[in-house]
Amino acid sequence: MRLNKIILSFVSALVILFSTSVVSFAKVVGDKIILGAAISLTGKYSSNGVHTQNGYNMAVDRINSMGGVKVGGKTYKFDIIYYDDESNPKRAAQLAERLISQDGVEFMLGPYSSGLTKAIAPVTEKYGVPMVEANGASRSLFTKGYKYLFAVLAPANLYLDVAIDLAVEKNNGKPVTVAMAFEQDAFSQDVRLGVLDAIKRTGSKKVIDDKLPKELNDMAATLVKVKQMKPDVLVVSGHTKGALTAIRQIAEMKVDVPMLAMTHCDAAKLSKQHGKNSQYALCASQWHKTLTYKDNFFKDGMTYAADFEKEFGYDPPYQSAESSAALLVFKDAFERANSFDQKKVRDALAATNMQTFYGNIKFAPGGQNVDKPMVLFQVMCDDSGKCENKVVAPTKWASAKLIHPVPKWSER
Amino acid sequence: MDFMVFQYPMITVQACLDGILLGILFALIAYGMALQWGVMNIINIAQGDLVILGGYIAYFMYLYGIHPAWGVIVAPVIMYFLGVLIYKLVINKVVDRDLFISILATFGISILFMQLMNFAFGADVVLANSDYGTTMLFNDNVVLPNSKLFSAFISILFAICLVIYMKKSKLGRAIRATAQNARAAKILGVDTEKVYAATFGINAALCGVAGALISITFTIHPYMGLPYTIRSFMIVIVAGLGNLPGVAMSGMGLGVFEEFADYILGTEFRIGSVFLLLVLILVYRRFKLSRKREYLK
Repeated sequence: MRLNKIILSFVSALVILFSTSVVSFAKVVGDKIILGAAISLTGKYSSNGVHTQNGYNMAVDRINSMGGVKVGGKTYKFDIIYYDDESNPKRAAQLAERLISQDGVEFMLGPYSSGLTKAIAPVTEKYGVPMVEANGASRSLFTKGYKYLFAVLAPANLYLDVAIDLAVEKNNGKPVTVAMAFEQDAFSQDVRLGVLDAIKRTGSKKVIDDKLPKELNDMAATLVKVKQMKPDVLVVSGHTKGALTAIRQIAEMKVDVPMLAMTHCDAAKLSKQHGKNSQYALCASQWHKTLTYKDNFFKDGMTYAADFEKEFGYDPPYQSAESSAALLVFKDAFERANSFDQKKVRDALAATNMQTFYGNIKFAPGGQNVDKPMVLFQVMCDDSGKCENKVVAPTKWASAKLIHPVPKWSER
Repeated sequence: MDFMVFQYPMITVQACLDGILLGILFALIAYGMALQWGVMNIINIAQGDLVILGGYIAYFMYLYGIHPAWGVIVAPVIMYFLGVLIYKLVINKVVDRDLFISILATFGISILFMQLMNFAFGADVVLANSDYGTTMLFNDNVVLPNSKLFSAFISILFAICLVIYMKKSKLGRAIRATAQNARAAKILGVDTEKVYAATFGINAALCGVAGALISITFTIHPYMGLPYTIRSFMIVIVAGLGNLPGVAMSGMGLGVFEEFADYILGTEFRIGSVFLLLVLILVYRRFKLSRKREYLK
């Protein structure tokens, strides 16, 4: 009995110690604005989680070194508390709860992926904590009426509908036939909905509509069907795995299709590692370094890419760029609100209308960014076999002309 | 439901060939599992993770500029020693316990491996390009990537070598003797401990070969092991232990079944149909395979 009491008092002492020590964190301490973020540093999203974290850190350093955030005549610096959500939505929601109720964070940055953002959004909404997220593009995030969620990126349904429009345009405005293969996850299914809308809008016809399971590493059956049906466009979306599997098997099976459009080409490092196999693939991207948007902190895409490469040793994927942009949005909102009141900051966020190196940012009532179109780039290779991503659509930002139709394998 | 696969004879041929080539690869993994199951009565849940690890070995050779096909020689060597190490560290402590404990232990190893691979190699999906080209048959209507032909050929080669080894070599005979009757083998001077370690090592080596072939033919990812475990488990259940032709046949059968399920039910049900088939077979066989445990320390 005595022992039990000792253990009990020891445990309660520990609990008290912990609860007091964490409360000493708060949202704005001294000259620091503390933001919270649950990020996938381990688990299946860890590589993109790290891209996200690098993007956040890069922007924090840059803003802090260029004068910080000015609110009420005082200068503040950004600081971020990170937790590892292990790529697990449940864990992410718990951590959001912990950041807000224990660590006292009053402003949040988003996690990586739509699934995890979906898990966190109800929590931030419940506490009225403004969250600027940069990596959750699923359409369903923006139809729930969330008031405190702001996404700097274009929603998922806009990823590939441009490709269908482009195919129709190349077909002299006549409808086209479309083969689709999409993974069964929130993001890819949203991309699919966007493509379906575009098919309907243009009077086109879908001839194959395959759903890829998440364990998939073989899509030969889909590609055999594509060979048989000869569609005008093949659209594939299944994260990095889908992009890699498709590129490998399309090349091996010599599948000829006039237009191949995909997502996640840059995450899959197609042009760098798979060279000629990936040639002519069209890829949807939130951002590309050659875009000519500008801001005062990172100047433009090329400068951002160079600075990022210097700091982290690799070319920034769009996941990093959009994450950096999230911090610029926060800074801008704090200064316009001129306050740390959550409601005022939220209203300032909702009124955001700015240009960053990543693109224009203006939020719709649902929270998605409506001012930044998706870009399509095409993998283009020179004679030495060196391949690069070149922006081909929309035409305003294009740095190269679309190659259409894709040459047959027998002629390459 | 889509019966396109039967409407065009060429697609039927394509599906059958794809399935058979894939099935041969599955059979190789299943053969390792059958061997170890038969000898030690251990169902190795980490089978698929060993496969993926073998794949990463080939992938890293590819990254460093060595043709990934050499992986089918390097991966089994490394994996053999890793297998022996796992045996010494974990398996020999659970091999004399009941089946449930050994399943739990290998399940633990599986989780550990997944996380370690994720930690060491990252969560990206990777593949090793072989640049083997493509074989076109029947007027270009049937396409067979040479990498698939290569992996089927290598799988058969390794299976034949293993069969000969088991028949002719001293260790092979000792393994077979232990599988038949461990007690008698031990009385007659077989070092059963060594046999168990070698068996686990050989199984890991086979997984290594299969993994290298998968990284050349498909893609690999730290969390992709489980479907391979399930497939080999199923092949072994259908074929029975110690029945190599049976393993080969049921491997190919499963490959063809998967391809047809893919065409008819849709790609999303491909892996699901394998799981469903497993349940049906288990019900049908009513766990006939639960053998009497025979382990001697």
